Amino acid sequence: MRSNLARRALAALCGVALIAVAAACGDNTDPSDRPVSNASSISGGFAGAGASSQQTAVEAWIAGYQKTNPKAKISYNPSGSGAGVVTFLTGATVWAGSDKPLDAKQVEESKQVCAGSTAFDVPVYISPIAIVFNLRGISDEDHHINMDATTIAKVFNGKITRWNDAALAKQNPDLDLPDLPITVVHRSDKSGTTLNLLEYLKATAGKDWPYALSENWPNDVGQGAKGTSGVISTIDQADGTIGYADLSQAGGMGTVAVKVGDSYTEISADAASKAVADSTLDETVPGANRVVLDINHKTTVEGAYPIVLVSYDIACPVYKDADTARFAQSWLGYITGKSGQDQAEHATGSAPLPDNIAQYVRASVDAIEVK
Amino acid sequence: MSTASKPSAPTRASSLTQPVNGQKADRVFRGIATACGILILVALAAVALFLLFRAWPLIGGDQQANSAVIENFTGGKAKNFWGYVGPLLFGTVLVAAIALVLAFFVSIGIALFISHYAPKRLAAVLSYIVDILAAIPSVIYGLWGGLVLVPAIYPFWNWVAEYLGWIPLFAGPAANPPRTVATVALVLAIMILPIITSIARDIFLQTPKLLEEAALGLGATKWEMIRLSVLPFGKSGVISASMLGLGRALGETMAVLMILSPGLTYSFRLLQASQDQTIAANIAAQYPEADSIGVSVLIGTGLVLFVITFLVNLLARRITEKAGK
Repeated sequence: MRSNLARRALAALCGVALIAVAAACGDNTDPSDRPVSNASSISGGFAGAGASSQQTAVEAWIAGYQKTNPKAKISYNPSGSGAGVVTFLTGATVWAGSDKPLDAKQVEESKQVCAGSTAFDVPVYISPIAIVFNLRGISDEDHHINMDATTIAKVFNGKITRWNDAALAKQNPDLDLPDLPITVVHRSDKSGTTLNLLEYLKATAGKDWPYALSENWPNDVGQGAKGTSGVISTIDQADGTIGYADLSQAGGMGTVAVKVGDSYTEISADAASKAVADSTLDETVPGANRVVLDINHKTTVEGAYPIVLVSYDIACPVYKDADTARFAQSWLGYITGKSGQDQAEHATGSAPLPDNIAQYVRASVDAIEVK
Repeated sequence: MSTASKPSAPTRASSLTQPVNGQKADRVFRGIATACGILILVALAAVALFLLFRAWPLIGGDQQANSAVIENFTGGKAKNFWGYVGPLLFGTVLVAAIALVLAFFVSIGIALFISHYAPKRLAAVLSYIVDILAAIPSVIYGLWGGLVLVPAIYPFWNWVAEYLGWIPLFAGPAANPPRTVATVALVLAIMILPIITSIARDIFLQTPKLLEEAALGLGATKWEMIRLSVLPFGKSGVISASMLGLGRALGETMAVLMILSPGLTYSFRLLQASQDQTIAANIAAQYPEADSIGVSVLIGTGLVLFVITFLVNLLARRITEKAGK
């Protein structure tokens, strides 16, 4: 009787295990475009975690990567930049996605998981940040509002409080701006989007933007909303609101054309790419192989859009395990390469890495030690 | 032929035909009940220990790192833990208290209507509806509040700000969209309304008929009868019902998160955005992007909320005891 029960339990367990195995076999590549050739030998399960801003792009990359590497099972947990880096530093993930590069302490800590070497970061995902607004008679008629950096700063720090302010009217002679209070909407949670917008304001607005850089919104102007979706739905709810969001989320909203040089640039992926191309690497960061961008927010290149979110992937130059190292190199090579960047642009409207930056990225990725 | 003609077959012992010894069953049941009682204590202790343990870096750790994290959370507005948790605690208590005040009188009204005024049929239907309302998950209230109530209620708050703006509580201009303490408190009030109503109704229904009839016999009107017999009888129960409701309002996360535009000030301006924030919603908002010290800071605020909820319940118990005497 007893052994019978034990046998039944075993059988049940086997059944569950079988189901699990069968479930693990399913993947999300379309069977019709699965390649016949066994082009690559990369197989196994690999995990990444981090910035939620990259999520849609990573999903597109996974689908694209698995077309050529059907045996690789890749997962990405959009747990947030901070959590992603913490997980990476415990060695639980192959790479981390983060909206900001590692700090010196984290670089030092990474020696534990990178077999004595230090982790590096490369930009993988560049998303233009749109300044979006809802203003009856303007945004719903597909008009842009022109603003220079100082004006944007004054709107977001509460110095310009009405839509028909003289500074706005002067830059938009063609628009009939209503006498309506401006409601600023910003992120209430920590966000790389906030940080990148603040970097732009800090760099360009001078004394009109006195706040320190942070992933949290620094002042009490207007309203906070959780997540990009919260910001968008809040802006949608009332006339006279203005906020910011990744371009891919800004569909249907009015966007601000930003003054660059002598003209106003409307937001687009290519315009953002131009601004990144006009940027330099930050050479002051500690550690080898790191590609940390120092975005030139003051760019005067015609047609460049200087408010961008740069999201990095963080990986090790040396992995304890050879398979993992080969995967890391091939994965990062794919997502930062032409087809990966095109895939992301197609899926999210992100800006492709410009060639002059991509060459540094390639060098860093090639430097991953593969035995 | 009949199956009944089988006296030799062993029949199961029945308490009807044979004397049973109930002692064993009694002991087993007693054991189970005691274990359940202990389990709840263990669960409470486990939560308290978890909070203390995870919040420990805040107390025993590097204070400089802690204040750096808090400055990072608040954009430099708070430098130490108490400067951070203070406004949050204020916001939590403010929102919950307003919700309770809004819900309390309406709840008592509904409960009295069901127990003493409504025709039997209507009372049954109403009771049923109230119980259903109590079962709606808070995320639904949050969605409804955030997507429907917020845009719809602006004209009303605007009117309030215009005509009652001289009261500091309602100082204008009303935020548009009104993702404010006032709107959140209103949604929370609707959330806790069914809890208070449901318990109060049950208690009012238990008022001894004798008391009621005695009051009526002395010539009391219906309202006087309720005031003299039903309300005093139900007082302690109504207070514990309110405390249950207050407990839910204090810890409510989703609805606050989805509606309120948070701020970090000690502000009573209910109609303006970005004034206050509650502890629970703040934890949910900040957790995903927090590093390890950040997590212990957030858990530390959770510990404060735990203690406050505890104190509120203790206070309620005291009041109930006093009222019972």
